[in-house]
Amino acid sequence: MTKVHDRGGWPTGDPIDTSDHPMEDWELHIDGLRAVLAQKGLLITDQLRRAIESIDPPRYETMRYYERWTAAVELLLIEKGVVTAEEIDRHMPSAETSA
Amino acid sequence: MPQIATAPQRFNPGDHVRVRREAPAGHVRTPAYIMDKTGAILRVHGAFRNPEAIAYGGDGLPAMPLYLVRFNQGEIWDSYSGPQNDTLSMDLFDHWLEPA
Amino acid sequence: MTEHNHPHDTPHPGTAQNAEPGYYARRVRALEAALVQKGVCTTSEVERAVHEMELRSPADGGRVVARAWMDPGYKARLLANGKPAVAEMGYDVTDDMPELVVVENTDQLRYLVVCTLCSCYPRWLLGRPPDWYKSLSYRSRAVVEPRSVMAEFGLEVHPDTGVEVLDSTADVRYLVIPQRPSGTDGLSEDELAKLVTRDSMVGAADALAPQLAAD
Repeated sequence: MTKVHDRGGWPTGDPIDTSDHPMEDWELHIDGLRAVLAQKGLLITDQLRRAIESIDPPRYETMRYYERWTAAVELLLIEKGVVTAEEIDRHMPSAETSA
Repeated sequence: MPQIATAPQRFNPGDHVRVRREAPAGHVRTPAYIMDKTGAILRVHGAFRNPEAIAYGGDGLPAMPLYLVRFNQGEIWDSYSGPQNDTLSMDLFDHWLEPA
Repeated sequence: MTEHNHPHDTPHPGTAQNAEPGYYARRVRALEAALVQKGVCTTSEVERAVHEMELRSPADGGRVVARAWMDPGYKARLLANGKPAVAEMGYDVTDDMPELVVVENTDQLRYLVVCTLCSCYPRWLLGRPPDWYKSLSYRSRAVVEPRSVMAEFGLEVHPDTGVEVLDSTADVRYLVIPQRPSGTDGLSEDELAKLVTRDSMVGAADALAPQLAAD
């Protein structure tokens, strides 16, 4: 059974959207956060890839690129004991109040 | 730069190699579509720490030789629609290759 | 192979909530806030990292390609050993950056670069990869039907020209030197650099014809 991230040759007739999309603010931030955490030795690229690959297949296929990064960064930081899920939860704005 | 432990380089440019078929549970960088296929060594990139171990917190040593290996598309895919001698190359680690 | 430590008992974050619109946007803010509060990093560090990434763009790759077009000796060094040749042009190329292998398109053979396993891309030279490069459809199709994929970019490959797909599976990044367009003999290096598009350095397009770039 091929793993979900191992995409080469998967049957698909999907056309390729060749257009560019500007990055949203949160995407820029997870991109930057990853770079900062990597510089500090808290995130290693191969570990990030492993964490992304561990996302269960139905979610992997429907999540957007930076959503997978966010889930993976969080998983790794919790795994390493840098932060807990509860500490992140505490800072979550509710859906109604967030901008 | 300090020397790191490095596995011996088993292949040279021009050598024919087959990609092993393995299904480890962990992180690997060998795509399934290339397993069991036979290609030729194009370049020797040098030795790199093994990402399969680094992915879980290991140091990835000994560093493994990494090669650019070229394959014919007609041999990879049953129904390749382009010219049969179109090619595909990828970087593969020494421990995934055996002499063909 | 070495033993692996699989954190199976760590609950996966966001499992129940990922379908909610805007969830990840809020999660990133919360993650950053939690890390800042704990002193792991600062907001200005994150902003600086975002800014540094914005400084890298395909224009840098374009300058390297233009130099290669004008100077056969430089091109030979670039094809033999990518990182030192890029450093020759004044870029800060450090040891921790992945290796760079540069290939060139000819009438006989042209290249298409992909990362089927994730999105490996020469970011340190070109900046972030385009959305299409990261898409599941590109990752699936580029290796098995490259000519169809190139056609979706408006690129018709001559039947006598071979196509080689490069799947970036490890710590090496690939850059394609597109063919120098005809009618460019009198152009300066700066003018040539403007003809080199991001997509042409991945192999999905040709460099621009001079009259198109002037528009």
